[in-house]
Amino acid sequence: MGIIMTALLLRDLKLSIRAGGGALIGVLFFMTVVAVIPFGVGPDLNLLARIGPAIVWIGALLAALLGLDRLFQTEREDGSLDLLLMQEHPLVLTVLVKCLAHWLANVLPLVIASPLLGLFMNMNEVGIGAVMLTLLVGSPALTFIGAVGAAVAVTLPRGGLLVSILVLPLCVPVLIFGVSASYAAVEDPAPFLPPFLILVAITMFFAVLGPLGAALALRNGGD
Amino acid sequence: MTESLAITKFSDLANPTRFLALAARILPWLAAVTAALFAVGLYLAFTTQGDYQQGDTVRIMYVHVPAAWLSMMCYSVMALSAIGTLVWRHPLADVSHKAAAPLGAAFTLIALVTGSLWGRPMWGTWWVWDARLTSVFVLFLMYLGIIALNRAMDDPSRAARLSAVLILVGFVNIPIIKFSVNWWNTLHQPASVIRLGGPTIDGEFLRPLLVMALAFTLLFFTLHIMAIRNEIWRRRVATQRRMAARLAGRES
Repeated sequence: MGIIMTALLLRDLKLSIRAGGGALIGVLFFMTVVAVIPFGVGPDLNLLARIGPAIVWIGALLAALLGLDRLFQTEREDGSLDLLLMQEHPLVLTVLVKCLAHWLANVLPLVIASPLLGLFMNMNEVGIGAVMLTLLVGSPALTFIGAVGAAVAVTLPRGGLLVSILVLPLCVPVLIFGVSASYAAVEDPAPFLPPFLILVAITMFFAVLGPLGAALALRNGGD
Repeated sequence: MTESLAITKFSDLANPTRFLALAARILPWLAAVTAALFAVGLYLAFTTQGDYQQGDTVRIMYVHVPAAWLSMMCYSVMALSAIGTLVWRHPLADVSHKAAAPLGAAFTLIALVTGSLWGRPMWGTWWVWDARLTSVFVLFLMYLGIIALNRAMDDPSRAARLSAVLILVGFVNIPIIKFSVNWWNTLHQPASVIRLGGPTIDGEFLRPLLVMALAFTLLFFTLHIMAIRNEIWRRRVATQRRMAARLAGRES
């Protein structure tokens, strides 16, 4: 089973990195969203430094949602989704591996790009490190929650917008604790560890719930 | 068809005709009791004296609190129906959570609007990012998302199963959202400005509040049964239209 799952992981990674995958478009979107913020709130460096962690987190959240609707839709279009549904391994595991591949190809680049955007936002080194660390830990939760939305909307021809609407309210806890932990690292009195550990807990919780829900939706949504 | 329409166990309700017969028998009584309770509740709400600090605005509470209670109860009803859809494939459960979503959204909206109307004179602002307000607002967004998903799909049974998955995932999430929003609020602003504090609730206010809460709950169930009945009728009409269209094609 390990071989099959590794093969699936490599296949998904290759598909999203090679032509038409659009993995780097997410990073581009992320940078564009963050770059637009100063035009809205003004070039005041102190203000930007203060809202920086929140802006980078929101930008990453939106960019992570961007490619979600393709998580199962390409498989459905070329028919390989039926093969994935018919194999004898637990579907939950397949979905988990697909989520991991999606995270590696689409969301990890956002985490890697976040320090650059932190510099744009005039954040200090500790703040940049904290945002990168919280994104690294928290962003898998976004993918797992998003997998449920992607699976529910897989049969819809233009599901992208709907997926965002369905998934965003459920992502509120991740955003809250990610931003809280980032601020706690910079501002002295607030302790860093509690929000950070809760963020870890949320990610692990959704690592179970997300694939379960997505597998249930995929089984029930077939035509 | 000699079988009777008597209902002995819950799974008998899977037959829509049985359900419609039951609904026709129950609805007048339910509606009458609801109306009577509203009459009593509204009478009490307008005749009891106002709060010594809040004045007449305290009467908003008699609508606001029951609506907020229903916004949560409706989601629980939807979650139960969603389990019915996914586990037992109960056809009535499909219709039930589809019919409940707009009701839940409406009651949540009532709770938000009345809360806002109360907040303007009391807090001096229409909206504050208080923990409770924020989580109710997120709940409202979730209701709207479920309605949007239901409307996006043509096949009713598939729409029901998929939205059931979403409802259950959301149901598990609600406590997490509530907890995180509480955390967020206490971190960002002191809770002193907008505490609901005031006097602990007095019997004078409690009596109308309980009557109104009961009236609202029965109103929900009346509307819910009516919405289920309408949905069953709507599906029958749609089926007959399709059959008529097929026959029309055959004749020509």
